[in-house]
Amino acid sequence: MIEQTQTLHVKENNNTVGGRLLQGWDRFVTALSLPLCSLVIFLLLWSAVAARINTSLGKLPGPMQVATQAKVLWNEHLLERHKRKEFYERQAKINAEKLAADPTSERKVRKYTGKPTYLDQILTSLLTVFTGFFLASIVAVPVGVICGLSRPVMMALNPFIQIFKPVSPLAWLPIVTMVVSAVYPNNDGFLSKSFINSAITVALCSLWPTVINTALGVASIDKDYINVARVLQLKILPKIFKIIIPASLPLIFTGLRISLGVGWMVLIASEMLAQNPGLGKFVWDEFQNGSSDSLARIMVAVLTIGVIGFLLDRVMVLLQKAVDFGK
Amino acid sequence: MKCFRLFFVMSAILILNLPTVFPTISALAAGEKLKLEKDEITLGFIKLTDCVPLVIAKEKGFFEDEGLYVTLQAQANWKVLMDRVIGGELDGAHMLAAAPLGHTAGLLTKAHIIIPYVLSVNGAGITVSNEVWQKMKPHVPTENGKPVHPIKAEALKPIIEEFKAAGKSFKMAMTYPVGTHNYVERYWLGAGGIHPGLYTSTDTSGMTDAEVQLSVTPPPQMAATLESGTIHGFCVGDPWNQQCVFKGIGVPVTSSYFVDRGIPDKGFGVTKEWADQHPQTLLAIVKALIRAGQWLDEDNGKNRVEAVKILSKPEYVGADQKVIANSMTGTFEYEKGDKRSEPDFDVYFRDHASYPYYSGAVWYLTQMRRWGQIAEPKPDDWYDQLAKKVYRPDIWLKAAHLLVKAGYLSETDIPQTDGYKPASGDFIDGAVYDGRKPNEYLKQFKIGNTN
Repeated sequence: MIEQTQTLHVKENNNTVGGRLLQGWDRFVTALSLPLCSLVIFLLLWSAVAARINTSLGKLPGPMQVATQAKVLWNEHLLERHKRKEFYERQAKINAEKLAADPTSERKVRKYTGKPTYLDQILTSLLTVFTGFFLASIVAVPVGVICGLSRPVMMALNPFIQIFKPVSPLAWLPIVTMVVSAVYPNNDGFLSKSFINSAITVALCSLWPTVINTALGVASIDKDYINVARVLQLKILPKIFKIIIPASLPLIFTGLRISLGVGWMVLIASEMLAQNPGLGKFVWDEFQNGSSDSLARIMVAVLTIGVIGFLLDRVMVLLQKAVDFGK
Repeated sequence: MKCFRLFFVMSAILILNLPTVFPTISALAAGEKLKLEKDEITLGFIKLTDCVPLVIAKEKGFFEDEGLYVTLQAQANWKVLMDRVIGGELDGAHMLAAAPLGHTAGLLTKAHIIIPYVLSVNGAGITVSNEVWQKMKPHVPTENGKPVHPIKAEALKPIIEEFKAAGKSFKMAMTYPVGTHNYVERYWLGAGGIHPGLYTSTDTSGMTDAEVQLSVTPPPQMAATLESGTIHGFCVGDPWNQQCVFKGIGVPVTSSYFVDRGIPDKGFGVTKEWADQHPQTLLAIVKALIRAGQWLDEDNGKNRVEAVKILSKPEYVGADQKVIANSMTGTFEYEKGDKRSEPDFDVYFRDHASYPYYSGAVWYLTQMRRWGQIAEPKPDDWYDQLAKKVYRPDIWLKAAHLLVKAGYLSETDIPQTDGYKPASGDFIDGAVYDGRKPNEYLKQFKIGNTN
């Protein structure tokens, strides 16, 4: 009896605010400490192994060198921004003087011709991947819905999907480059050809997971929903937008999430060859530099690519949770 | 007193306005500013030391003096660079001196490209792996314990035989099928009695009858593949030869100074179409490049150290300063520790190096014929006409005269020539080359087509 009372007593405590906070804190610490421990062990192992490996490009960079280079890249970025600011100020001054001297004189505002900094390159990569991903999605989702709704269409398109799915971006790139050059012969366009080549290659490689998952999602909708549509005598378009798409959203989003991941990987490879000024070009240029800092800088890029890929994935998960209902 | 006061006031006004007067003075000095068709241009380059005139023209403000706002963009490899110039994404680029000839002749993507300015003369090296060097050393004549330079490919012949007997293939790399390094490497091998392979109608890789198999590899991968043993040697521009010495993965055996002295290595190229649409802009670019070349070779290379510092920035060549300096400041290191004085390892302006002589173009054409890239024998005037189509000393001369007028160049910097250098025997095999008689020149070779 006394034991029971004691247990009840303890249980009551857990339901107080204090108790709940403590439980939350416990969970937080456990959730954080395990990855933190493994991170520390990883860093220690990395330093130890790096110090022992001697490549022809110097010792494999350890975490300290990589951190130093990350700082160097940030400083280079600040320096370049400063130079750019100075350039525009100089130009504004010259233009103002020209205006004062002769109001009718031609004044041009020219773009700064300095190199793109590391942050500029990250932004270019993100912009390119989102463009490619967007292109892929607006093609893949409708195709996937049609495939899911109609078995004959699915059987007709399946061979193409299976054959084009495994094709590497480096194989697509020469073809894409030539087609874009033919269709877009001048260079007066708003977008540079290297950007278009990279974006299209990303789209071509990343649309397959979305097609497959959308088709699967549409095909495996609960039969009850279809019956509801029949009962309500819904026309085809309202049926698609009010019943089919919402019901298959989880799988569509899974497909989109995988596609974004694939697209991010493909982007880095295609940038190297298409010369789009993003992270892929950064890695290839550093490889060509072959300086004693190059390996460390490439590792900074590798980590950046990984972190951004992770963040993109998290963004997709959040979006998925936002549109998901019933979970 | 009145005069004095007036004088005083005028000079005060002048001095106070000097900051605004100065730009005008330098503008006057640069000569009448050309009316440019396009002033924001993008030029491509490959991360090799000899892109330096382009970099200096930008960093030292020579482009800006002409009113040009230039973006320099590193390219992934020569194919991408040439495609982007031909396709119009790049206004012009740092090019292998033979590439425009190959493209204009239709050997690769047909495009009429012109070279109004030679960026560099010499500047390439041939490097072999450590094991190959160890095997070569006993066959190289020495003096006071050091190898006698130039090292000829005869020293490599016994190793080739060894490989053949063991059934292994001896592989070497170069940068581009119609590139400087392909021809320098083949010339060196041919001069040593080793057949580097022929191009035929059925063999576009140039390995017919080859004792050494040559293939294209991007420069950074040359170092990596040399180390892994996939290739046994390569020919490339610096800093890659010196990189191999510093990293202990290879030994340079010779340089283009010994193999084909005086032949242009890289040129600044634009498509003929672009040149026709932007003649004044092209003149402005060439003016800036002449000034850059002059700066680089000024006073026995006093500016070279500064050039090295600029080149080692990651957006240009990016290699470590000491690696670039090893071949840019009058020396070249062969075996580790064996640094020799070689002030002409790379020449940018001295001795009229930047003038696009037709004889340089014709030499490359003779080598293209020798190895079969040009499929049939051609008469002498075919060579002359193609050289005149691609190499444009007329543009160089126009730019140089403008600079003389502005006081930057002296008349002695302009060569008195009809475009052909006099006959010379400065090649590793001593063969005499007269650009006016290409077919006669071809006759004297023992390996490759002789007509």
